[in-house]
Amino acid sequence: MLNYMDTHLLSFLILLPLAGAFILLFIRDAGAVRRIALVFSLAELALCIPLVANFDTATAIMQFAESHEWIKAWDIYYKLGVDGISVLFVALTALLTVISIMVSWKAIQDRVREFMIAMLVLEAAMIGVFTALDLFLFYIFWEAMLIPMYLLIGVWGGPNRLYAAIKFFLYTLVGSVLMLIAIIAVYFAAGHTFDVLAIMNHKFSYTFQMWAFAAFFAAFAVKVPMFPVHTWLPDAHVEAPTAGSIILAGILIKMGAYGFLRFSLPFFPDATLAWTPAIMVLSVIAIIYGAYMAFAQTDFKKLIAYSSVSHMGFVTLGIFALNLQGMEGGILQMLNHGVSTGALFLAVGVIYERTHTRLIADYGGIAARVPVYATFLLVITLSSIGLPGTNGFIGEFTILLGAFLHSKPYAVIASLGIILGAGYMLWLYQRVAFGKITNPHNEHLADMNMREVVAALPLVALVFIIGLYPNAAFGIMHVSVANLIQHVNAKLQSAPEMTQMLSTVIGK
Amino acid sequence: MSILLQQFMQSLVPIYPEAVVITVALMVLLLDFFVDKDSKSLLGWFSLAGIVIAAFATFRLMGAGVSGSFFSGTFNLDPFSIFFKFVFFIACGLGILVSINYLKSQNIHRGEYYSLMLFATSGMMLMASAADLITLYLGLELMAMSIYILAGFMRHDNRSNEAAIKYLLLGAFSSGIMLYGMSLLYGITGTTNLSEILAFLRTADLNNPVIYLAMIMLVVSFGFKVAAVPFHMWVPDVYEGAPTPVTAFMSAGPKVAGFAVLLRVFLYSLEPLHAHSTAIISGLALLTMAVGNIMALSQTNIKRMLAYSSIAHAGYALVGLAAGGPEGAASVMLYVCIYALMNMGAFGVVIMLRKAGERGEEIADFAGLGKTNKTAAFLMLIFMFSLTGIPPTAGFIGKFYIFKSAVQSGLVWLAVAGVIFSSISAYFYLRVIMVMYMKEPKESIELTTSPSLALALAISVTAVIYIGVLPSELLDYARASITGIM
Repeated sequence: MLNYMDTHLLSFLILLPLAGAFILLFIRDAGAVRRIALVFSLAELALCIPLVANFDTATAIMQFAESHEWIKAWDIYYKLGVDGISVLFVALTALLTVISIMVSWKAIQDRVREFMIAMLVLEAAMIGVFTALDLFLFYIFWEAMLIPMYLLIGVWGGPNRLYAAIKFFLYTLVGSVLMLIAIIAVYFAAGHTFDVLAIMNHKFSYTFQMWAFAAFFAAFAVKVPMFPVHTWLPDAHVEAPTAGSIILAGILIKMGAYGFLRFSLPFFPDATLAWTPAIMVLSVIAIIYGAYMAFAQTDFKKLIAYSSVSHMGFVTLGIFALNLQGMEGGILQMLNHGVSTGALFLAVGVIYERTHTRLIADYGGIAARVPVYATFLLVITLSSIGLPGTNGFIGEFTILLGAFLHSKPYAVIASLGIILGAGYMLWLYQRVAFGKITNPHNEHLADMNMREVVAALPLVALVFIIGLYPNAAFGIMHVSVANLIQHVNAKLQSAPEMTQMLSTVIGK
Repeated sequence: MSILLQQFMQSLVPIYPEAVVITVALMVLLLDFFVDKDSKSLLGWFSLAGIVIAAFATFRLMGAGVSGSFFSGTFNLDPFSIFFKFVFFIACGLGILVSINYLKSQNIHRGEYYSLMLFATSGMMLMASAADLITLYLGLELMAMSIYILAGFMRHDNRSNEAAIKYLLLGAFSSGIMLYGMSLLYGITGTTNLSEILAFLRTADLNNPVIYLAMIMLVVSFGFKVAAVPFHMWVPDVYEGAPTPVTAFMSAGPKVAGFAVLLRVFLYSLEPLHAHSTAIISGLALLTMAVGNIMALSQTNIKRMLAYSSIAHAGYALVGLAAGGPEGAASVMLYVCIYALMNMGAFGVVIMLRKAGERGEEIADFAGLGKTNKTAAFLMLIFMFSLTGIPPTAGFIGKFYIFKSAVQSGLVWLAVAGVIFSSISAYFYLRVIMVMYMKEPKESIELTTSPSLALALAISVTAVIYIGVLPSELLDYARASITGIM
């Protein structure tokens, strides 16, 4: 039995939330729906414990792998597996889903059952995206995710939710369908296979790589979102319910960067090299532009949304630095961003439930009334800025190190983004928490209750755990990332001088 | 004498399914006299039983391995035609199921209705089995005539009359073009037999421009039948005016039959001209996808929206036809089968919303359905996502196969255009979902539900999800069924 669990753990992780969603179909009482959804998400989190505990960090091969024939005529397999990169995101998904369900306890009163079903289906699809090792299967999860997310924004969102939901859907869909064509082309070019591991070992021609990379890029860049296709994100974030924002910022936008790492780089190494300068420039623009836009926002959520654009710019900067430091930093920054932005949206949700306004000007001086909340917000703000001792510092520092090794100007400009980040985040905190209470409605603001504190605690803990002991995360991903770089290196057909540079960097 | 009779009966074996359908159709006409006005639904169930028996007969024929060319080479019984016959049975069966209650509520419950549906179905079956241009034309006219009448079945309704007359005029026009094309083809090849045409073209000098003229005329006339742009002008008005169950049936049955004929004629008989026909069909496919999807964006009437959507879907299927080859053919077959299922389902929900008055035809009438009737809204949600082509629904599998075969044939540009237009289509399909789930209900909506409608919806939604998750069986069946034309 235990052995069976081990070999099918990933399937269980995908099926458990679906089973929960199915059971919820028959439950009418809203209270019971919430409790059952929470139990299932907690069980999912518990299932992640053996996943992480039994994960062998010494090897880069896919673990907990399973493979079953699915659609024989098209050579499609139901193939799952995790390596040191994806295992982190599976765990993060499970954690953020629990938190999202907890913060929706009071906030969602309308159609609770449908909301929880959407959350659980979304969780299953997200886990599927991170564990799928068959391109077709991956695409199924990747697209299927759009349905619950569209509904989450559109049904339970803010006043402008219809516009935001359709914009989110169309942006992502257009990017994804181009990738679908590339997936089909890859299938034929690689000799009729959708198997990710087999495709990794196939050498594609240079022209093919350039086109296919561009098509995959269309899908992933929209998801990240990179400048200039980021415009759906502020709308979606602002209108989505708190839980939707947390999932969106915490997991969904990580999938773009994950896609670069899992598919774009190992499949198309030559195209990656050719595209790198353009992507680095776009990343730097995103960092500066996102930060700049964040300064101008009057809406709490929109400010965080633009800060996400900026932070994700760091992630892509790190990944396309194409060296160990950059990539590890990029991955860590993805986790960090999931934790700290998830927590920031949680913070907005908490205060929004009480005041029903997201305008920064409506706050001010609330630290005196809600000390626990103010402390929580401060910790998260500092983590987002990247104060040493918090997770943000490690991520940004490693990325800049990687970028510096790759090319100094990028690193210099990107570090300006950190300064800007400190600027808008501290200014935000000052306007919200300090000073005199300007809005009489805030005189009797209630502090965070037990449920909210419990939801926030794991995130705060992660801020410090990663900040003080980053090897907890680096240790898990290290071998896989090193293997990825080696793989890219070995497959390169062009640019020997670049290969030279890569190997010296790995050597360090 | 008895030996002769036995031989005669023996020779009828390949057309047992057709014979069953026609016999039942005639019996329905007779029985109509003896069934009183309030129990006409019995005739519906009787017709449905006929379809089930015909399906069973087809199944037996398939099992017995009867196949080949019969009746002096005019009738084919091959896996290809059997596959399409099953699709027609599904379309007709679901069509009958969604009709029963609707006819009652619209006060047009007459026996002829079911009889005409069965005649139309037998025509389609004949089309799929046609081994000769004459059989093909006979089947096509049998189908078309029945549907002209069905479109005008609400004879006190002006729009229904308009639909019938428009469909009749344009249908007659396209039949004329088709006959002209066929006669040219006969003039060149000296035969109307599809296999002999192929044999002639394989050895003939293909520089004769008349061949291409004939080919273009056939493309144009079949284009009318499957509603390819620019021969689609009749579709929105006819779909809107016809009684909704007829629209549902029309959007599934005849269109699928049209593709059966297109596949057999262009991928089999005219295969030597493939390089040329592909160029034309690719262009048609691109135009059809573009116009269908873009025009659908601005529709406020759900039937018109689904009319343009059905044009767009013909465009996707044409992509598969343009791709050609065994994979292209199989992808078209899989696609039209899936399309028939999901479209019938979507129309089923539209029918649910229609009461005695005019309700349920505007997209705005769906407002708040997600609150007032969760089941209906959820079904519509699944059908809309399936029509958009979002996994894990059958619509995705269908589109995937079409685009996969297009890429395989080197038509990458067409596949890219296809996916772009299908993302555009998300906008109008999602608008229905948005109206259902994100708008407040204006007034309480009372739905007309009935066991037959519920059964039809249950069948289609189960199929849409099942094929979406486990497509292997249908896929393998479609791939195995192309042997007749390859």
